[in-house]
Amino acid sequence: MSTATETRSVIVEREIAYPPEKIWRALTQPHLMQEWLMKSDFKPVVGQSFKFTEDWGGIDCQVVTVEPNKTLSYTWDAFGLESVVTWTLTATGTGTHLRMEQAGFRADQEQAFQGATQAWPNYLAAMEKLLSTLD
Amino acid sequence: MTTTQDVLFRTLSDPTRRAIFERLCREGEKTVGDLTAQAGVSQPVVSKHLGVLKAAGLVLGRHEGRQTHYSAQLDALRPLTDWTTQMAGYWEGRFDDLENLLKRMDQ
Repeated sequence: MSTATETRSVIVEREIAYPPEKIWRALTQPHLMQEWLMKSDFKPVVGQSFKFTEDWGGIDCQVVTVEPNKTLSYTWDAFGLESVVTWTLTATGTGTHLRMEQAGFRADQEQAFQGATQAWPNYLAAMEKLLSTLD
Repeated sequence: MTTTQDVLFRTLSDPTRRAIFERLCREGEKTVGDLTAQAGVSQPVVSKHLGVLKAAGLVLGRHEGRQTHYSAQLDALRPLTDWTTQMAGYWEGRFDDLENLLKRMDQ
């Protein structure tokens, strides 16, 4: 595998005590999305461009896959980096197994990512949070 | 937050210790004497802070004659700046907020 084109992923998975249909609403309805993710003009239509907006700027996205109550994916471009966020919902006996994978970062973009305004504010925010928990 | 990150944050949460580390990052290798001259604290205090920084892997000591030269190890900060670590933390937080929202939502 060549370093320059290596793809890396972040995967977060969790068992959630609610059915896929309910989680799907939270994943796709802007008024609900802004409660836990960000404000956006998202529409569950393949090919549709949309933007997540925050005080510090925004993230340009485009819908890639929509399979109601099962799979949702969109591109996630921020700080000059391109990635794809994929949500997978699997019904279980007690609720849903929810999986998020963010893939597509390349090793040669990592430096750009670190150089971006992301690293230090995050570092400082995390430190501030930690400090508030210290005696 | 991972244990490694926790150790790094705790190590850098002391302003005097952080100033010593920042100075080593900015100006390169220094002896305890060099650092004491500007730290505004006594040499034993500087030595103690260097010990904590060394234990966290943030500083390395190189012996030369009777002197020890200390240098910053920027690679040790990697767990804080690695994007996968950052994004994993970000998404864990979003999952928490999503679960909170689901609790509040009507069926």
